[in-house]
Amino acid sequence: MTTSTTDMAHDDHGYMATGIKRWLFTTNHKDIGTMYLWFAFIMFLTGGSMAMVIRAELFQPGLQIVNPDFFNQLTTVHGLIMVFGAIMPAFTGLANWMIPMMIGAPDMALPRLNNWSFWILPFAFTILLSSFFLGGAPNFGWTFYAPLSTTYSNGSTAFFVFAVHIMGISSIMGAINVIVTIMNLRAPGMTYMKMPLFVWTFFITAYLLIAVMPVLAGVVTMLLTDTYFGTSFFDASGGGDPVMFQHIFWFFGHPEVYIMILPAFGIVSTTIPTFSRKKLFGYSSMVYATSSIAFLSFIVWAHHMFTTGMPLIGELFFMYCTLLIAVPTGVKVFNWMATMWRGSISFEVPMMFSIAFVILFTIGGFSGLMLAMAPVDFQYHDTYFVVAHFHYVLVTGSLFSIYAAAYYWLPKWTGHMFNETLAKAHFWCSLISVNLLFFPMHFLGLAGMPRRIPDYALQFADFNMWVSIGGFAFGLSQLIFLAVVIKCIRGGEKAPAKPWDGAEGLEWTVPSPAPYHTFSTPPKID
Amino acid sequence: MQGHHNKQTNKLVRKLVVIVLAMFGFGFAMVPLYDVFCDITGLNGKTATEAAQINESGIDTDRTITVQFISRTAKEMPWEFRPEIAEIVVHPGETKIIKFYAKNNTLVDMLGQAVPSVAPGRAANYFKKIECFCFEQQFLSGQEEVWMPLQFYIDAEIPTDVNTLTLSYTLFDISLSDKASQASTPEETAIVES
Ligand code: HEM
Ligand SMILES: [Cu+2]
Repeated sequence: MTTSTTDMAHDDHGYMATGIKRWLFTTNHKDIGTMYLWFAFIMFLTGGSMAMVIRAELFQPGLQIVNPDFFNQLTTVHGLIMVFGAIMPAFTGLANWMIPMMIGAPDMALPRLNNWSFWILPFAFTILLSSFFLGGAPNFGWTFYAPLSTTYSNGSTAFFVFAVHIMGISSIMGAINVIVTIMNLRAPGMTYMKMPLFVWTFFITAYLLIAVMPVLAGVVTMLLTDTYFGTSFFDASGGGDPVMFQHIFWFFGHPEVYIMILPAFGIVSTTIPTFSRKKLFGYSSMVYATSSIAFLSFIVWAHHMFTTGMPLIGELFFMYCTLLIAVPTGVKVFNWMATMWRGSISFEVPMMFSIAFVILFTIGGFSGLMLAMAPVDFQYHDTYFVVAHFHYVLVTGSLFSIYAAAYYWLPKWTGHMFNETLAKAHFWCSLISVNLLFFPMHFLGLAGMPRRIPDYALQFADFNMWVSIGGFAFGLSQLIFLAVVIKCIRGGEKAPAKPWDGAEGLEWTVPSPAPYHTFSTPPKID
Repeated sequence: MQGHHNKQTNKLVRKLVVIVLAMFGFGFAMVPLYDVFCDITGLNGKTATEAAQINESGIDTDRTITVQFISRTAKEMPWEFRPEIAEIVVHPGETKIIKFYAKNNTLVDMLGQAVPSVAPGRAANYFKKIECFCFEQQFLSGQEEVWMPLQFYIDAEIPTDVNTLTLSYTLFDISLSDKASQASTPEETAIVES
């Protein structure tokens, strides 16, 4: 792909407010992307601090630091913040920054909506967090199963529901923006099958979002009316059914986990070719694999419900459909490996995170396969094995991919190269501590340690101590990232337009840092 | 900058908003869909909320089925609640009456509602109740006690591999909830009024 460079002379809408107003009223995709990314990082540290308290409590058996109810509040809010406050907004931030630049568009298609999607988010999380000081935060788990969240709630259900509504509206507006941008603003010549895979994965994710976030909005609305207005959607005494809650929730919930991993696939499909100095192996198979994963994600939800007393035929259906997802996922993993095969690989920090992603995400995929087998899930369900599984896919999967993306594009965003020594320290500290943190959880789970409990039997003590040490180390390591980013914004070696020699794509045709407006006239694509 | 895009953009946005609204509706549509699905298949162990007709298709004396009774009270429901016997052996088609005992242990008037569930779920549709206290709400004043009847038979069509089934009742306190004023389904209202 060759392109013309940006036509900066044409830039007649260069007005930029200053100070706080610039950020409050901005409709610029780069500003909004930056705000999303900072917001996600702040939320990541907030949710992370809660995890530190959880691990401190679990350092030893017995109750020492927090009471069980507060422990439940911490696990619940930790989960909600990491899912809706850290991972999802970080991906939206990347989408905002990169999609217009990658498809040669001047901005997102709906810039004002974009501003709103971001600015309602801080309110959602203020509502959620304020509940800690107003009678107690949600304590019913991020999955908010009824009747725990209705009949037995501590009064936080209203805060929870309104916060989730706002987060949902924000994601839906963000997703609409991504879809419209991709469908309408591609530069001439940028056909769908020429789009970078990064753009493809966000495109499909955006469709997943508009399909399932409304269902989430629906189920929390039912929760609200069950709790406060006397309906009985999930209340057996009034003719409802609590198991139905789980069906509706997981109909949202399983596609939601793919919302958090498909963009990660897009990121490593960008970085791995760059640092292997080869084209992505099997581009179109990647597109089809992503689409089929998205499709399958709608018919596997009850693998979270094997122990609810489903009939055998249901167990079998959901088991086989779930195992089927391993096929397109395997296609992806093999494609990444084939891309690296005989490439001239160099190990810059984004590549290190990407390789770690491929290996560790695959471990998470394997534990997923174990959980997907209905007969054995009866043993693994609701144990630390599940906790190990989803942290491998979400932390060493989604989060590591976000780090890969951040290191990959930091030079483009800031105009400076980051401090490589510090960044490598961040990588190695994270890699070692994250495995110390999550790997032993597999064994704890297999040995029967239940999740979401502040105390445990003595035989689990040693492993839990190691896990907690890994947890504290991982938490601290993330501060190194903060240091790298701040240093990189402040200064550092000047970044060229294309700092990675193997990189491809329109974003590298504009100078670093990327000017406030790019591609005001569309580039030409052959 | 996007003048010529505007019309196209608006059209697309409208389509996407329609998808969003439709999916919001779909979330709610899952409720009746779920009920219909479970009604047909009996998968969630729910028995019919209407009285069944008297059995006329005869008794299958070649088979016996053990019916077990379990009763429990929901959390914070202070009543006493138990079946007169723990289990009974019946032939498919044979009609039986079992009594359940309930006592309001408090000093105040209360309203209770028993909710039945059958395991295994696929047997639920073959468990026919001719008369059941669960069709109605139970009003007991302080310290009042009552023996409540359940008249049932097992449909002779029940799959041959089901030899034991368990009927469990959970008794809920509905004195304070809005559900007290309205019965949970229209059918039940009809029964309460008649
Ligand atoms: C090969 C692909 C995967 C398979 C076969 C799989 C399978 C499963 C199964 C069967 C469970 C339920 C376990 C139980 O509760 O007993 C589960 C839980 C979970 N999975 Fe996966 N999974 C896969 C990939 C992913 C990905 C990519 C993510 C997210 C990025 C993810 C996130 C989760 C989460 C968050 C839970 C726990 C939900 C909860 O109960 O709180 N999984 N997975
Ligand atoms: Cu799932």
